[in-house]
Amino acid sequence: MGSEAVIEKGKAKANLDVFSSTLQELAKHDRNIIVVTSDSRGSGKLAPFGQKFPAQHVEVGIAEQNLVGVAAGLASCGKKVFAVSPACFLTARALEQIKNDVAYSNNPVNVIGISAGVSYGALGSTHHSLHDFAALRAINNIIVVAPADNFETEQAIKLAAQTDQPIYFRFGKRPMQNLKEDNNDVFEFGKGRIINEGSDIAIIATGETVSPALQAAKKLKEKNISACVVSMHTVKPLDTSLITELANRCKAILTIEEHSVYGGLGEACSSYLLQNKIYKPFRIMGIPDEYTVTGSQQEIFDHYGLNEKGVAEEVLKLLSK
Amino acid sequence: MIKMTSKQLQKKSIQYRKNILKYIFHANAGHTGGSLSCIDILNVLYNDVMNVSPENFKSPDRDRYIQSKGHSVEALFVVLADKGFFPESDLSTLCKYKSHYIGHPTRKVNGVEQNTGALGHGLPISVGTALAAKMDNKKFRVFTLLGDGELPEGSNWEAALTAAHYKLDNLCAIIDNNKLQITGPISEVCNTDPIDKKFESFGWAVRHVDGHNLDELKKTFSAMPFADGKPNLVIAHTVKGKGVSYMENVIKWHHGVPSEQQLEEAMSELDNAMVTIPDDF
Repeated sequence: MGSEAVIEKGKAKANLDVFSSTLQELAKHDRNIIVVTSDSRGSGKLAPFGQKFPAQHVEVGIAEQNLVGVAAGLASCGKKVFAVSPACFLTARALEQIKNDVAYSNNPVNVIGISAGVSYGALGSTHHSLHDFAALRAINNIIVVAPADNFETEQAIKLAAQTDQPIYFRFGKRPMQNLKEDNNDVFEFGKGRIINEGSDIAIIATGETVSPALQAAKKLKEKNISACVVSMHTVKPLDTSLITELANRCKAILTIEEHSVYGGLGEACSSYLLQNKIYKPFRIMGIPDEYTVTGSQQEIFDHYGLNEKGVAEEVLKLLSK
Repeated sequence: MIKMTSKQLQKKSIQYRKNILKYIFHANAGHTGGSLSCIDILNVLYNDVMNVSPENFKSPDRDRYIQSKGHSVEALFVVLADKGFFPESDLSTLCKYKSHYIGHPTRKVNGVEQNTGALGHGLPISVGTALAAKMDNKKFRVFTLLGDGELPEGSNWEAALTAAHYKLDNLCAIIDNNKLQITGPISEVCNTDPIDKKFESFGWAVRHVDGHNLDELKKTFSAMPFADGKPNLVIAHTVKGKGVSYMENVIKWHHGVPSEQQLEEAMSELDNAMVTIPDDF
């Protein structure tokens, strides 16, 4: 890897763009980096990758099951494979291939779910992935990662290229401002990243919901409430030692995710806390189990309170109990 | 690899059939009919065609065998044991608590390339494996065995397109065409005929073979690639339960386990078949 920074300082890019540029950097020096797409090179921001490295790009057409199976075969021969498709199709239609051909057979594929959560907004439920954490958490031998910002994305992809283990990545589409001024954190799978120190409330968020959590923390500061904001980029394995530390330090815990409130980060945290006899006021924010409201990603976020105001209100409610 | 004579191969097939029945009886579980229909194909692949052995199993240049019809695992296990991938006595643990010798192939067993069992998975993985060989200019070939009953799985057809698109003439899919599935004849459950024309129209080079004629199987595989730049399909016409007369073409033996008396009867029939093959010298 050269020393040139992939991310221009201060400029917010979609994590997917950073994923693509990081992968291009890696591919320059490693011909075993292979991207597999299912007519998804455009939405995956991978058209430049395909142009620069045609020999390292495999296109299978719109066929997600085949995408993952082919990726597993390539990985079994030592290729560092990134299988890229919208998260909604990849983790539903090809779930059996992820379970058997990747996780169970231990073929170290990087399964890349793009435009995840409600990124596709008004395209509706067919294009939303609000189940992927739940589905993949219940499958043995796959790391589940949702980078929050450009820094985490770049670090995670570089690390994935050196990791001989199945990993699922979940990326959204919107430009994400880096959450911290300095990017000196050591990024590790399974280690949450503290974005903002605080001791009244712990806000544990993942992916694109860390940003509204941080905004809420700034707003709460005006009311003298100090919020510790964590980017729990790795949903599995969960950083349980950090959760314990947060529970010891804070009066209450709030989790936020762009996922069903069932089976995701929140339930993972609550399960850990309860089973370890750590009892704190606790609430899961996410998409409720209902016919999801229609609108853009931001409108859906606003509708369900996944924004600065909604998060701040939930914190106040939790602390007032 | 020192190649076996036709007679030696024939004897192997009979011994393999005996071992399949022995271990299925011992485990009180197994896919009997399908293991007996595909065993001659595995015999020829492992003893005549493929460059794979316990010695080179870690080599990136070995030929690959991926069993898409994972349920016929007993056939694979007896061949792998015979090739020395593990002691045959391990098979006495088949389907027992904590054994890795379970009802489908897993990589916990030496010699198994991929964990299979859910149908429609072997072909896509084999396509990826064959593609990796092409990318690295490696000469190894990829063989995958499909049941005819698993062809309705859509992933097979997705992979068939990709194999032709990338001109994977180093890939050989073999269909164990025993014409029966658990519910009944395939033609009645969901007719897949004509398989050859379907694959040909997808851009594959197709050969038919008697899946129990070892010489024909050898000849067919030695002709690979059947056409430059086309993936190879071998439709092996087989008989479910082949070699045990009361099991042949009888659906209940899909996963039927013989009683002690039935086992004796089958063994005696196979022993009789064995003595009809004269020694080479």
